[in-house]
Amino acid sequence: MLRRIAIVGASLAGLRAAETLRARGFDGALTLIGDEPHRPYDRPPLSKQLLQGTVEPEQTFFRKKEGYDALALDLRLGVRATALDLRDRRVTLDDGTFADYDRLIIATGARARTIPGLASRPNVFVLRSLDDAVALRQELTTASRVAIVGAGFIGLEVAASCRARGLHVTVIEALSIPLAPILTPELCEMVAAMHRDHGVDLRTGVTLTDVIGESRVAGVVLSDGSRISADVVVVGIGVITNTEWLASSGLTLDNGIVCDGSAQAAPGVYAAGDVARVANEWHGGSPRIEHWTNAVEQAVHAAENALAGDGATAHFSSVPYFWSDQYDRKIQFVGDARGHDEMMIVDGSLAERRLTALFRRGDRLVACLAVNQPRALIKYRKLLAARTSREAALSETAPS
Amino acid sequence: MKIVVDLNQCDLHGLCVEAAPEVFEIGDDGQLHVLNDTPDEGLRAKVDKAVRECPTGAISLEG
Repeated sequence: MLRRIAIVGASLAGLRAAETLRARGFDGALTLIGDEPHRPYDRPPLSKQLLQGTVEPEQTFFRKKEGYDALALDLRLGVRATALDLRDRRVTLDDGTFADYDRLIIATGARARTIPGLASRPNVFVLRSLDDAVALRQELTTASRVAIVGAGFIGLEVAASCRARGLHVTVIEALSIPLAPILTPELCEMVAAMHRDHGVDLRTGVTLTDVIGESRVAGVVLSDGSRISADVVVVGIGVITNTEWLASSGLTLDNGIVCDGSAQAAPGVYAAGDVARVANEWHGGSPRIEHWTNAVEQAVHAAENALAGDGATAHFSSVPYFWSDQYDRKIQFVGDARGHDEMMIVDGSLAERRLTALFRRGDRLVACLAVNQPRALIKYRKLLAARTSREAALSETAPS
Repeated sequence: MKIVVDLNQCDLHGLCVEAAPEVFEIGDDGQLHVLNDTPDEGLRAKVDKAVRECPTGAISLEG
C-alpha cells in the first residue's frame, strides 16, 4: 500500500512527477520539497525573455497558485534535504523535520559551477535560478559593460540578451571556438560569426587569470595579457549535480544518480532530470542529460514506475533534444552526435545561418541540428526515434 | 475534452505533433494547426503527453 510519496526537487521534473502521480490516481500524501522559496518555475526563459525584460518572474511559474493547490501537495519550499536513509525510508530536512516515504523521487538537479574566489564578489553572477536571473537583470539596468566567462549555450544566450539591452558584451572562452564540445567546428564558427556580427567581442583560446577591483569587479585580465573592463561578470561554465546530500545514502553516485532503465536508483527510490542517469535504450548508455524535455520524460517514467511496483517498466528510450534562442535564430538539436563520421548540410547553408545538418555514424543517422528550420527538426526527430523502434522490434523477435 | 492552443506562445518545437499526430500538425504555412480540437477520449493519453511536453505551455485542455 502506497500512502506517502516524497519528491525532492521543486523543479520541472519534480512538478511533472507530482502531476503524473495525481493523474494516475495516487491520492495519498504527496510531499514536494524545494530548497528555493519559489514554487516550480520554468528555466528556459530566464536567460532570454526574463533578462531582456519581456517576461516577469511570475510568468515563469508553471502553474498559478490555485494550480498547485489542485495537486493537493504538501509543498515544502525553502527547505533543503540534507540526508537520505534508505532503510528507514526517511529524508532529513534542514529545518529539523523529516519526510518519510513509501516511494521517493529525487529531482534535485544541478547548480551552476563557479570560479573560486570570484563567486562572492557582488557583481559576479551565475545564471541558474530565478533569483539569479532577477538579480542579474537588476544589475544590468545600470551596467554598461558585461564580461561573460564561458561560451556555452548559457553564456551565449546571456550575451544575446545583453546585446538586446544595448550593453557592451565580451565573451571569454578557453577553447578556440564556442560550443566546441557540442557542435562541429564549422557550425561553431557560424555561431561565433553570428555573435560577432551582433557586436559581441568574442575572445576565444583565452582564460581569465585575474580580476581588477577590490570588492566589486571592475574588469578582468586574460591569459593573453589583455584587460577587459566590466561592471558585471557572468560565469557560465557548466554545472555540478546536487548529490552531496546523498553522499552517505548508499545510492550509486557517479556524475549524478545512477539508475536502471526504470529510473530506479534503489528499491522504492527513483530519480529524474538533470541529476539522474537513467539507462536509455536509444542512447545506448546511462547518460546524464540536462535538457528540458528529458526532465519531463524521466519524471513521468519515474512517477509511473513508482506507482507500478512489480509492474514497472524497465524500458526507457528517449532521443535527447534541446534548443537555444539567440538573436533571431532558433538552434535546435536532436540526437547524439558523439563519435559521428560525417556531418551533412542537407538544406540551407552556413552563410545564411539557416540550415539543417544531419550527423551520420556508420550507416545510422544519429543527430540533426536545425537553425531556423523547425519543420525539418520535427521530421528528423521522428526518423531518429523510429530507427530505435525498428531495432528494438527486431531484437524482440530475434533468438537470444 | 477541448484543446486550446495559444499560438502566440507556440514556438514550433513540434513535440505535440510527435505525441499526438492525429491532433496536431505543422502546416505548409509554418504554423501549428489543431486538426481536431475535440478529440475522442481514446486520444487523451496522447494529448496529455502533448500538453506536458510543450516547452512553452502553449497547449491547454478544458474538460
